[in-house]
Amino acid sequence: MSALISLRNVKRDYPMAGEAVHAVRGVTLEIDRGEYVAIVGPSGCGKSTLLNLIGAIDRPSDGTVMVGDRDLSRLGDRDATAFRLRTVGFVFQRFYLMPMLTAAENVQLPMSEARVPRAERDSRSLELLGYVGLDERTRHRPTELSGGEQQRVAIARALANRPPLLLADEPTGELDARTGAEIIALFQRVHADGTTLVIVTHDEELARTAQRTVHMRDGLVVDDTRDAGRGTRGAGGAA
Amino acid sequence: MRTLLRHRARTALAVLGVAVAAAMLLDMVMLSSGLRESFAQLLTSRGFQFRLAPRGTLPFDTEATIARGTSIAVRLAAHPDIEAVSPVLGSSLHMMSDGGAVTTFGLGVHPALQGDYTLERGKDIIGSEDIVANEDFLRLTGRAVGDTILLAAGYNPLLRAATGERRLVVRGKARFLYLSAAQPAVALELRTLQEMTGAAREDRVSLMMVQTRSGAEIDTLGAWIERVAPTVNAISTREALANVDQRLSYFRQIAFILGAVSLVVGFLLVTTLVTVSVNERAGEIAVLRAIGISRLHIVQQIVIEGIVISVLGATLGLALGLATARYLNTILSSFPGLPEAIDFFLFQPASVWRALGLLVGAGILAGIFPAWRAGSLAIAQTLREEAVA
Repeated sequence: MSALISLRNVKRDYPMAGEAVHAVRGVTLEIDRGEYVAIVGPSGCGKSTLLNLIGAIDRPSDGTVMVGDRDLSRLGDRDATAFRLRTVGFVFQRFYLMPMLTAAENVQLPMSEARVPRAERDSRSLELLGYVGLDERTRHRPTELSGGEQQRVAIARALANRPPLLLADEPTGELDARTGAEIIALFQRVHADGTTLVIVTHDEELARTAQRTVHMRDGLVVDDTRDAGRGTRGAGGAA
Repeated sequence: MRTLLRHRARTALAVLGVAVAAAMLLDMVMLSSGLRESFAQLLTSRGFQFRLAPRGTLPFDTEATIARGTSIAVRLAAHPDIEAVSPVLGSSLHMMSDGGAVTTFGLGVHPALQGDYTLERGKDIIGSEDIVANEDFLRLTGRAVGDTILLAAGYNPLLRAATGERRLVVRGKARFLYLSAAQPAVALELRTLQEMTGAAREDRVSLMMVQTRSGAEIDTLGAWIERVAPTVNAISTREALANVDQRLSYFRQIAFILGAVSLVVGFLLVTTLVTVSVNERAGEIAVLRAIGISRLHIVQQIVIEGIVISVLGATLGLALGLATARYLNTILSSFPGLPEAIDFFLFQPASVWRALGLLVGAGILAGIFPAWRAGSLAIAQTLREEAVA
């Protein structure tokens, strides 16, 4: 398999209260097309920062982040926005749906930005909501949906422009165990349909479903496991 | 729009606030130019370009009069640039009744040349025994068109004795252009009033109005009039307006300052509301950026919010401003000594649209700062802060 994502000695520092916080301290990592990767580790270890760097919503302080043939560390705002629109789908812990829009309209947002014709937007949003099991809830607003249903809509929105890469940050963090399990099953299905998945999670159940688990601590990758017993590949600061 | 509908009460209050600012701005614009324009319309409406008042006075400012009015009028009328001269004598008159006397203002005019009143009903003055009266006079005296009344030029209330009495017939009802509201007034032939007041001996008049032919050189003609009639001040309409302008400069300054304050208040209201809205939605905006919505699109949405609030506020403010202007005009127009026809607040479409355009422009500017903030949000940092919050 070819590498879809390639990180080389990536660092990310933040200024905070007058001091530099080293959120990511030099991570080297490759993720192949079609992989399902879980990034795990204690709070504040840099998992979300790493995900943000892969998704081009943050820039590394040092090192390179390549997704496909694009060097994300060199993208300007317009190119980074276009990259996020067409190449990645984001799923967040708190769903972040637009409260005044219906489920279908929320799913249509990225398509509308990508200038997909209206008829296609309509049909594809219904198709995607059907895909996540919400055929009957297309006209409901987020406040009329349960947490699990909202996260399903968020997943449908993330898949709207058929991105090859789906990034999820604690997608089951706000859900109960049963609803979380439904979302996990949905991610497995998305992966099975060919999308590369990178998920940051504390949820062991979710992490167990991934093909590969990257462990982080103090801004470094300390372990990288491909199915149990397959060994490690790429270690933070070691490359 | 949907974002604004999310907080209906807050949006409604903001629109109301902008509407009040717009109404005030509109009223100040109408006030700043209204009085001057209204005066200009009044002075030019009857086509007289000069008012001749006794030297050193303004028309009807004092009780001073011009002697030998007829000879001056004849001499002036002979000038090739002068179309007509209309002499006017003003005096108090008293209508005798069983209970005493009702005092009214009397204007002696040449009916065919006069520019002081317009006939509303009945007939104009034809003979020396005819008068026209205004609504206030008829109401106050209980008389009607066709009645014969006894008017006196002088009345001593202690002796209940009248002088210069004349029996006159009310031929018509008229509206007097330069008199203040609720002032009873009558007009009669100049010669009749001169005879009643004793001014006939010296042929005295209070004022002469001069109509010029088109193309006349006003400044040259004014100088000529004052040379020919050294006992008069020849005040051109332009000078009168300049005089009015000078007297109204305080009005305009206050109107300008209050208008500017309204504009700033409207601007700050829109900025505050949109900024609060952006701050509340920082997480949402960061997510929109994260899923690929362009910075331009976000900026457009926020600016549109400002525009919608401004346009709604300006539209509501237009109605509110016109209503308050009408109400205030009614109060101010009854100010003693001011012609009834004067409007303090004059609706001039160009000025009004300019003012409201300015407010909508301010609304657009007001949306730019919060829009710029929204477009510049650091996505990852905002999401991190939202997660912590």
